[in-house]
Amino acid sequence: MIEVHNISKWFGEGHARTCAVRDASFSVAHGEMLYIVGPSGSGKTTLLSIISGILRPDSGSVTVNGVDIWNLDSNALADFRLRTVGFVFQDYHLFPRLSALENVAIPLVLRRERWEKGLEAAHLALEAVGLASREGLSPKKLSGGEQQRVAIARAIVAAPDLLIFDEPTASLDGDTGKKIVTFVRDNILSGQRAIIIVTHDERIYEFASRILRMEDGQMTGEQEKIP
Amino acid sequence: MKGLFLLALKLLLGDRGKFATLVIGISFAVFLMMQMTSMFFGIIQHSAANIINIGARMWVMDPAIRTPLNSIPMPSYILDAVRSIPGVEYAEPLYMGAGLVHLEDGTYQPVTIIGLDDATLMGRPNLVAGNVLDIYRTNAFFVVKDGNYAKLGNPGIGATFEINDHRGIIAGIAQVPLGGLFGIPTLYTTYTRATEDLPPTRYSISYILVQPKRSQDIPEIEEQVRKLGYLALTNQGFIRRNDRFYEFQTAMGINILIMTLISFIVGLSIAGETFYMFVLDNLERFGALKAIGARGSDLIRMIVFQALVVGFLGYGLGVLFSSALIGFSRLRIPNYAAVINYQNLLLAFAMVLVISVISSYIGIRRVIRIDPFDVFRS
Ligand SMILES: Nc1ncnc2c1ncn2[C@@H]1O[C@H](COP(=O)(O)OP(=O)(O)OP(=O)(O)O)[C@@H](O)[C@H]1O
Ligand SMILES: [Mg+2]
Repeated sequence: MIEVHNISKWFGEGHARTCAVRDASFSVAHGEMLYIVGPSGSGKTTLLSIISGILRPDSGSVTVNGVDIWNLDSNALADFRLRTVGFVFQDYHLFPRLSALENVAIPLVLRRERWEKGLEAAHLALEAVGLASREGLSPKKLSGGEQQRVAIARAIVAAPDLLIFDEPTASLDGDTGKKIVTFVRDNILSGQRAIIIVTHDERIYEFASRILRMEDGQMTGEQEKIP
Repeated sequence: MKGLFLLALKLLLGDRGKFATLVIGISFAVFLMMQMTSMFFGIIQHSAANIINIGARMWVMDPAIRTPLNSIPMPSYILDAVRSIPGVEYAEPLYMGAGLVHLEDGTYQPVTIIGLDDATLMGRPNLVAGNVLDIYRTNAFFVVKDGNYAKLGNPGIGATFEINDHRGIIAGIAQVPLGGLFGIPTLYTTYTRATEDLPPTRYSISYILVQPKRSQDIPEIEEQVRKLGYLALTNQGFIRRNDRFYEFQTAMGINILIMTLISFIVGLSIAGETFYMFVLDNLERFGALKAIGARGSDLIRMIVFQALVVGFLGYGLGVLFSSALIGFSRLRIPNYAAVINYQNLLLAFAMVLVISVISSYIGIRRVIRIDPFDVFRS
């Protein structure tokens, strides 16, 4: 269970000071696939970063499984990101010099798992996203959809409770985007896990459990699944 | 932990160009530092050649002596006084001075003449040809076969020459552990002949070689000699005194120190700059690691590891190159003095460590400040 309570975040100083997120509150239950949609610049990435323990909010709280994450010290917060959250970045941020397999093993390496054990688990995660046959390749040699799946494998390899996707389909064509989201819903969503997806891709709205709208930094309520 | 270092290594090797620049930059600096310091250590070692070659346990000398390359004559009553110090097993005079050999082609060759006590020959060299007792024959000299032997025209046993207007004859060919610094051939003869063949001064004892009864007697001997107004040193003490002379009382020490420092600064700036560029290039990667959940300490470990890897590789290559060059030069140049010893190996190693630490510190300061939020808002 993730509870977001009255989150606000400001950027800049003086005249340039803008409010990226204003008093945002909502909650997500395990087993849910929550969408956050809204126009560009409405504060979606900012909000995701706050929920995942990457960006400190100016006010409000985020409680994940009963822990107020912004009251943790920096090491505990890093551990929270490492053990509880799986984040799929908008442009993947894969390491081009590592193979797909090694890329996926990174969270386990950071968890001090043995290197070989990390690679084994990474292999299983890549199998789950259907990429086991291409695990030796550098991400540079993979297509956009395949890179996306490598990034998903990296996010799920350590079995996090909370999966966060920032614009997962932005750089994919419609079919690939749909395929990936279908895959996530059918194979990765489970009763122990909550998924938050930020998107403005209306073609994938049909897969959402719930869709929240965001405008100008504020949550403006639920939105119909049929656009 | 091993995985973290493997990851760091892969990131490092990923950028071939920077990796090569780092390793080559550091090895170049190490190479320069090794050349400088080994030259210096070589020079001071060779300048102490006579102390090592003669091999006496203790030396008594005028307190103004800084280096065995000069000597200040002592009156002969000092020899008797030293002999009467309890704890002295035996003590013998040594003459050490310069002479001029008139070569067959009419030119002159300066030589070092060492005169050994007639009765005991204390401090005599090992002969590779001839018989020790032949030193007592008329006008006999032993010639040292080192890099400077050829300057006397490679004389064999029985060869005659003219030294300080006296006749000399080669009665033996000697070998010593270490050649001298200034490329001057060495002739050994008896003390009596040496003092006769050279323009006489009032006193003729250059050094007194002392064999103490036991090591415990050394401090007492030193004290007694000090009371006589002279200086007694062990062979190691004399070598140290000579080292300090070159380090602090000639311009050589400070010059080489400055050159070593310059090589260090060159290495540091190449490595520091390139390493910082490497970190900047990989800022996105480090930011992504942070966002995924790497602790600050993980990133610091990775960066220190990377800096140490290039540091050690550069050190190894630099030492390899400079030993190869020094080894090669030795084969070609008989008087080449450079030596690599544990001191300059350690010195270069310490400097490499400092370079690695400073480089990684610069990188760490940058990486610690990365805000992963900036990374994926890109
Ligand atoms: N580091 C920052 N400094 C200043 N302003 C920022 C910073 N980060 C975000 N902002 C501002 O906050 C607002 C929200 O940005 P954010 O990236 O969260 O929007 P978004 O909804 O994710 O947009 P998009 O759909 O284009 O990704 C924007 O007006 C943006 O300019
Ligand atoms: Mg965004």
